[in-house]
Amino acid sequence: MELTVRHQTTYCYETPASQVALLLRLQPAALDGQVPRQWAVTVNDTPVQTFRPNAYGDGEAFVHLRASVEEVLIVASGRVETRDQHGVVSGFRQEGPLPVFLRQTHLTRPDAAVTAFAHSAGGTDRLSRLHALSALVRDRVGYCAGSTSTASTAAEVLAQGRGVCQDHAHLFVSAARALGIPARYVVGYLMAQAGDRALRETHAWAEAWVDGLGWIGFDATNGICVTDHYVRLCGGLDAHDAAPVRGSVLGATTIAIRADVMIGEAEPGAAQQTQQQQ
Amino acid sequence: MTFSEMHEQDGTIRSCYAEVKRWIDETGIDGLHGRMDEAEAIFRRIGITFAVYGEGGDPERLIPFDLLPRVFSRLEWERLDKGIRQRAQALNAFLYDAYHRAEILRAGLIPQDLVYQNEAFRPEMIGFDPPGRVYSHIVGIDIVRTGPDQFEVLEDNCRTPSGVSYMLENREIMTRMFPGLFSKGLVTPVDDYPALLLKTLKEVAPPACKRDPVVVLLTPGSLNSAYYEHSFLADLMGIELVEPVDLFVDNDRVWMKTTTGPRAVDVIYRRIDDDYLDPLAFRPDSLLGVPGLFHAYRAGGVTLCSAPGAGLADDKAIYVYVPEMIRFYLGEEPILSNIPTWQCGTESGLAYVLEHLGELVAKEVHGSGGYGMLIGPQATSEAVAAYAARIRANPGGFIAQPTLALSTVPTLGESAVVQRHADFRPFCLVGSQMRLVAGGLTRVALTEGSLVVNSSQGGGVKDTWVLRN
Repeated sequence: MELTVRHQTTYCYETPASQVALLLRLQPAALDGQVPRQWAVTVNDTPVQTFRPNAYGDGEAFVHLRASVEEVLIVASGRVETRDQHGVVSGFRQEGPLPVFLRQTHLTRPDAAVTAFAHSAGGTDRLSRLHALSALVRDRVGYCAGSTSTASTAAEVLAQGRGVCQDHAHLFVSAARALGIPARYVVGYLMAQAGDRALRETHAWAEAWVDGLGWIGFDATNGICVTDHYVRLCGGLDAHDAAPVRGSVLGATTIAIRADVMIGEAEPGAAQQTQQQQ
Repeated sequence: MTFSEMHEQDGTIRSCYAEVKRWIDETGIDGLHGRMDEAEAIFRRIGITFAVYGEGGDPERLIPFDLLPRVFSRLEWERLDKGIRQRAQALNAFLYDAYHRAEILRAGLIPQDLVYQNEAFRPEMIGFDPPGRVYSHIVGIDIVRTGPDQFEVLEDNCRTPSGVSYMLENREIMTRMFPGLFSKGLVTPVDDYPALLLKTLKEVAPPACKRDPVVVLLTPGSLNSAYYEHSFLADLMGIELVEPVDLFVDNDRVWMKTTTGPRAVDVIYRRIDDDYLDPLAFRPDSLLGVPGLFHAYRAGGVTLCSAPGAGLADDKAIYVYVPEMIRFYLGEEPILSNIPTWQCGTESGLAYVLEHLGELVAKEVHGSGGYGMLIGPQATSEAVAAYAARIRANPGGFIAQPTLALSTVPTLGESAVVQRHADFRPFCLVGSQMRLVAGGLTRVALTEGSLVVNSSQGGGVKDTWVLRN
């Protein structure tokens, strides 16, 4: 399947900022079943050229704006060819040590309730247990926009029983790690099925390690493993660690951050047309 | 039995102290006191008033200076020198390994969790090769002596060990006040330390640097307790002393704002904690730091000394494994030994420690500066019981060691020369080669019988001599 994506992030400042520093992880890696075609990232219409692999192998770029700016517009767009890998995420150019992904963070550290929750996931082997865990997360934490914040921890989410994709992913990785299974938080794009909630923002899910298979992508929010409808941007220990855009501003107050994602299946004709132009 | 560094067992003066003894006798106690007041006045005038790393306390307070030097013979130093270099090399090899293939963990010599779950471990550093594979460019190793031939390592400081300015200032004062003591050339000089430090820092210039490297010292600012040392060292090295606000990152390089426009910076000797280096990489809530600094570092545009995550090797739970590291990476036997350590995180360790707490020194794994530690034999039974409760609540956070009979060094008392317990912190420089100035910082517990040398707990400092032969 070929997906077209346009992901736009806007920062607005109350007064013009004298300096804006941005750390961007907006370059989908070439993986098995995920091949970016004509991907471009711009900041205020200037192309961002160099993405370098960070510690997890995800592309990272730094942009520094020093002129007075009132608004920053970050656009990542292009086409990505995807293939259904039955949830297996492979083909990473570099792999860090697995036990790092057992490391809990402030956002994922389990309390007694999360640990008990993790152990309530049945299953005969690791893979079936992870499937059970994904289903449990979906059962216990209903999707409810605006019910949590970016600072909500996995433990708070479980206690509250409501959340969004970020919370589902946090609870999943927290519980998986509590079971001794390396797991990480992943950010990317999802083309929702017809009739589902249309995606307006980036999506979050989780990857867990299964010996013999490798990393498996679990989207607890939708109760499935990742398919060719998913585009993976970057991963990390939690939402903070895996943020696709981080900004630091000097001399201004940020009044609004807006993210818009448009994703759809590319029309075969359009793709051909572009190829002909090359 | 406490070892007195000045005396043989029969009470005669050890030969390395002959010159000091001669000088004491010649000057007399009253004379020494007079000179001590003079020395203190000089210290106040230059304003050397700061705490040793992590000790907290009042940054404006003067740390007491004791006039009587601590002396090592050439032979003693040769052994210390080898042992310190060996340790600094192994610690750096461990840090490289921990952020790469982790062979020592695969070999089962260090428990995985101790590394990967460690607060000081920085996942952001995984897979990155710092120039020269050096993580800790200045390794401060705290050493105690318990006998004529027994030197033991108390802890390692791989992040940003401080105190070296005391080594330099103490010698400077002594030379200025007692030129006669040094005119015979008996004592190895230490004043080349700043030049060697600069050389070391230049050696680890990043790939992007194609010229004589521009080195700066990054300080959190004048409110930091070690600010004096920061400005002192920058001054001696002839480099800029900068704060985060003076730097910015552009095009994967770090730039220093100057009156004549931005100037590229190649190497940053940072005296600022990992957390406050770069708000985009580490603590997002931090107002300090240089946004993008860590990205420029990974891109090879700048070198940070020490590397973020170097503190992993400082951890007191990791300390236990340093002898293993020396064997594993260097294939050598440790020249300086560790102090036997019980880890409360293990079942047998916890049982032993709780049973013997009254005889042991217990410490927090992540603690420093003599705070939060218990010296069993000098504590009340209530204090021991309270400490035991803390250990039970979080066993993994504590270690314990036997109470050591630290050696004593001559110290100027009210009416006589007295013997007080001391430790020693040398500073090993690691660039493309290792360098070690023959000396270091001697801290002394000024209270009779006290074993705590930290300045926040009544400790002082003194000059340290390494004899030429």
